[in-house]
Amino acid sequence: MAITVQQVTKRFGSFVALDSVSVAIPSGSLTALLGPSGSGKSTLLRVIAGLEQADEGRVEILGEDATNLEPQKRGVGMVFQHYAAFKHMTVYDNVAFGLTIRKRPKNEVRDRVQDLLSLVQLDGLARRYPSQLSGGQRQRMALARALAIEPKVLLLDEPFGALDARVRKELREWLRRLHDEVHVTTVLVTHDQEEAMEVSDRVVLMNEGRIEQIGKPRDLYEHPANEFVMSFVGPVNRLGDGFVRPHDIELRLEPNGSTSQAAVERVVYLGFEVRVELALDGGERLWAQVTRDEAKRLGLDRGHVVFIRPNRTRVFDQSAG
Amino acid sequence: MKRYGLRAAALGYLLLLLAIPVGMVFYRMFENGLSPVWDELTSPAFTHALQVTLIIVAIAVPANTIFGIFCALAIVRRGSGRGNWLLNSLIGLPLALSPVVVGLSLILVYGRNGWAGDWFLDNGVRVIFSLPGMVLATIFVSLPFVVREVVPVLREIGTDQEEAAWTLGASRTTTFWRITLPAIRWGVAYGVVLTTARALGEYGAVAVVSGRLVGSTETLTLHIDERYLAFDQTAVYTTAVVLAVLAVVTLVAMNMLGRKERLGGDHRPAGNETLR
Repeated sequence: MAITVQQVTKRFGSFVALDSVSVAIPSGSLTALLGPSGSGKSTLLRVIAGLEQADEGRVEILGEDATNLEPQKRGVGMVFQHYAAFKHMTVYDNVAFGLTIRKRPKNEVRDRVQDLLSLVQLDGLARRYPSQLSGGQRQRMALARALAIEPKVLLLDEPFGALDARVRKELREWLRRLHDEVHVTTVLVTHDQEEAMEVSDRVVLMNEGRIEQIGKPRDLYEHPANEFVMSFVGPVNRLGDGFVRPHDIELRLEPNGSTSQAAVERVVYLGFEVRVELALDGGERLWAQVTRDEAKRLGLDRGHVVFIRPNRTRVFDQSAG
Repeated sequence: MKRYGLRAAALGYLLLLLAIPVGMVFYRMFENGLSPVWDELTSPAFTHALQVTLIIVAIAVPANTIFGIFCALAIVRRGSGRGNWLLNSLIGLPLALSPVVVGLSLILVYGRNGWAGDWFLDNGVRVIFSLPGMVLATIFVSLPFVVREVVPVLREIGTDQEEAAWTLGASRTTTFWRITLPAIRWGVAYGVVLTTARALGEYGAVAVVSGRLVGSTETLTLHIDERYLAFDQTAVYTTAVVLAVLAVVTLVAMNMLGRKERLGGDHRPAGNETLR
């Protein structure tokens, strides 16, 4: 295990940011800490980095106890949401910082910085200042700077949070490819479930200072442990005591033994996906997700009556939730 | 059109309030020709006063700069609730107090029969009516400027850069010199200019603690006052101009430092680059 966190508790005043959290991050993995804001995911990352001190519990990095180690001695590379670029230094000096303070020989530093700059596709921009870079470029510079010290683990705190949607999507794919290339154990904090699903190979889903579920992205989606997990990792309808995904609602024009009747309230075309908003006879509302072809075949329109059959409905034990 | 009108109004106002009176000082200085000016500039009373002023500035400005930076760090980085409020109020005190009160309070503490005065006198250090007292008075009145300028800058830059430096292995000292100080340098520079201006021009507090001995505890401002009472016009205006020149030199030096750095590319806008 690259990182082991054992029963870590962290309080800010009376607010409990982390409530006896335990998690193990395997070497070479790209793990996402996913959760809504205030769930404790950033605090957990900062405890691992040594930027916050845990009130209780233990942190190990590569098998060594790091609980009381200063951030300087943990060998972690950290990337911040707002880049944390050293504004008064050039891109070159930013990336070289960790090496120059270690007093490495000049030509070694130069070679390493050049390698890193081409790894993050910033060759030719070494003489620029951060203010002359775009957000995406700044974040890649920050990543190169963190990688320069050959960190034991790489910690990314909402690294794409300040970027616009298109750049964010590009950088996600790029990060995934980069990770396949460098294999450094990476922990990524995000509140965006799509980002976590797309980039990581393991997801740690957090809520209110506790871990709700740990697993592969697909496991979380298909086998959610509780109501919170199910509704956080994808869209969900509540149907009586059960929960069902909108794409697991089958629509028919004729009833069969197990269907219930519903009225179409609205049909929204979103390209490939069509969203059908329905009202059941009992007054319950839900929506179904069908393909464009399916909607066409059924001839769905406002006011029509359809018969629905939910598949893969999940019922969670309330006392456990 | 409106813009020009506004600019003309602002310039006219400044001319009336600043340029004309200061210009008059220059005019009066040379009213009786060059030789009285030269006589004043070479007189022992003037050269000594200049020396005293420069010594005071040379001690008070670095002292307040170092204190100001650490105080700002304490307020912004370590601050919490009540302690912060107290520190902030204390820092503001010199701005609120009349300099004369500052001078009197120093006499109460360091003067004969004062709290600390007797101890200093017993150990052979004369504080009041002597240079140490004048330095103390100047430090007191020019205390808040660096703090006040640095605090908002520190707040604005946040802790991200410092934390990034720590994770890269930089010690707290290295981080301060390599990251924090360069990031706040503009606030510090502006604070230094204000501190210097105040230290050069301080009159009230220094007047109270100095004893105003010509050729001994007289600063340039006190020298002006003393010459004024002696109806020595040329000396008054010459000294005033020297003070003004010193202030302008400080300002210009800071501006030049700034320009050099800006040409270095730091604050150049990003230009019309593509998004990524």
